[in-house]
Amino acid sequence: MTISFFFRTVAVCFTLMGWPVAHAALTIEITEGVADKLPIAVVPFATEGADALVGSDLSAVVIADLQRSGRFKALPLTDLVARPSDPSKVNFQDWRMLGQDNLLIGSVKAAPQGYEVRFFLFDVLKGQQIKAFSLPAQPTTLRATAHKISDMVYEALIGEPGAFSTRIAYVTVQHKAGASSVHTLWIADADGYGARDVLNSPTEIMSPAWSPDGTKLAYSRFEHDHFVLYVQEIATGTRGVVADALGHNGAPAWSPDGTKLALAMQHKRHPGDAGNFDIYILDLRSKALTRFTDHWAVETHPAWSPDGNSLVFTSDRSGRPQIYRKALAGGKEERLTFEGVENDRASFSPNGKMLAMIHANSGEYRVAVLDLETSQLRVLTDSSLDESPSFAPNGSMIIYATTFKNAKILAKQRLSQEGRVLDPAWSPLLRTSQ
Amino acid sequence: MRALKSLGLLVLPVVLLFGCSSTPEQPAAVKAPEVTKPKPEAPATTKPDAGAGTGSATAIDTSKEKADASADKSTGPGNLKNTVYFDFDRFDIKPEFREAVLAHAAYLTKNPSATVKIEGHCDERGTREYNIALGDRRATAVRQLLKLQGVSDKQIATISFGEERPVALGHDEDSWWQNRRAVFAYR
Repeated sequence: MTISFFFRTVAVCFTLMGWPVAHAALTIEITEGVADKLPIAVVPFATEGADALVGSDLSAVVIADLQRSGRFKALPLTDLVARPSDPSKVNFQDWRMLGQDNLLIGSVKAAPQGYEVRFFLFDVLKGQQIKAFSLPAQPTTLRATAHKISDMVYEALIGEPGAFSTRIAYVTVQHKAGASSVHTLWIADADGYGARDVLNSPTEIMSPAWSPDGTKLAYSRFEHDHFVLYVQEIATGTRGVVADALGHNGAPAWSPDGTKLALAMQHKRHPGDAGNFDIYILDLRSKALTRFTDHWAVETHPAWSPDGNSLVFTSDRSGRPQIYRKALAGGKEERLTFEGVENDRASFSPNGKMLAMIHANSGEYRVAVLDLETSQLRVLTDSSLDESPSFAPNGSMIIYATTFKNAKILAKQRLSQEGRVLDPAWSPLLRTSQ
Repeated sequence: MRALKSLGLLVLPVVLLFGCSSTPEQPAAVKAPEVTKPKPEAPATTKPDAGAGTGSATAIDTSKEKADASADKSTGPGNLKNTVYFDFDRFDIKPEFREAVLAHAAYLTKNPSATVKIEGHCDERGTREYNIALGDRRATAVRQLLKLQGVSDKQIATISFGEERPVALGHDEDSWWQNRRAVFAYR
């Protein structure tokens, strides 16, 4: 297995442009995927009978999606030799000359109910149409429509589902001088737009985890003297406590069928008790709690294998945090990581073949991926103080939070003044655009 | 101002060259009501905010917790040092702080009605969840030493804030050493 990556610095800085808060909370920076990206020309979509920018705004979202995937290289708009919006106007030779493999054109047309969005995807080399669709859209759903088009283009050309119509959950913390801090749990589109707060709290929010059907989030919130575990329905905001042991209730991980949560719990008999941290499994229907690990060391950050048969978790039984695996059926706890001073917070790739984790060596905390078949560990980032890597549901990307990017000093100055973003978690593929 | 200016979320494209597509499993839908209703027997469901919220955002306003967020004030023996500092990823009490802990032990044994909360804290390195455990170990290490001096279990509560409540917000050792601490908080 090879994982290719290198850095590019495309920063999407909504905040500096004074966007309203719904768009302001998130800055997503993009790192880069393959060296041989697929060249694609995306012609700004034409607009018929509507505000002239609607079409080009929509195709700009598609371009940003495709570029963000690290798999495509979009032709700069200034290099476009023609701007067809109808298949009959496409001259394939034009695009071959520009070295483009594929061409995407389309239009947004005013319809009795909102818009009709049409697009056409071509294989330039073969001179063939690959895909053509007409999608209804509303003024408020144009971004979602763009993400759907990106998904279809991605799937047609890469051969695996796109993850552009997904969401991310994350937590922000703002320390206010002379006042208590503000903790917010957000959900945003996968490109950082459309953030909405799902929970505001004067106390800490930690470790949000999506239910496999994408309708709920489990998370911990600090209350009085410990973290309490909640499950919240996203659409309604209805939430309930699912674990409240005196001690700690955190690091929730859903079983693939959504019926159970693995969690890190500390049971104290009284406030002064030294309770131990172990992994427990909570059956969400029967409320039955089963202890999964029983060790004097700290066990935390469970993750459920996609086949549902085993859990990986962090344990510091060797002295520092490392990743272990144990079958649900029981048996030996097998240590998986041996490189680096620490490895923590493992999560599975959707196909179950890899683990993303935080890997510490020489004082740097970076995202690494362990191939479970070859036991090869690859460090993917050159930032430091990275946190919370989370796979996209198609396995094509990892989102993570970091404190230091390349500009170390700058990051130091900025972040000590302002807020932090923590614990990003990528949603599963969502059945409908909610 | 609610806008955050410097949030660093990165997306890292992972390209798997071993060819197989990685379609995620689509698990069966969860029966929502059973999952999200507050656990009937859970004591916390009586908290005012539990199960609250019908719209997009669930606002929480519990003044008690706001008070807790700034609970560093000591009403105990004001002349005693109330903070013990730790080495990175360690929870053993260093010799230079032993005397301070023993002084608190002496106060607590002389004043059996006094109670103290030991707050364990960490620097920002390591994961949030792991640091909750590490902070707990620091608080517990102080508690153990107090108990060895004869302080009653009932006088001591421990609490871990992990890396959540730093006193210094920088990202280097100048800040980190100040944050790796256990704090005596008297009521």
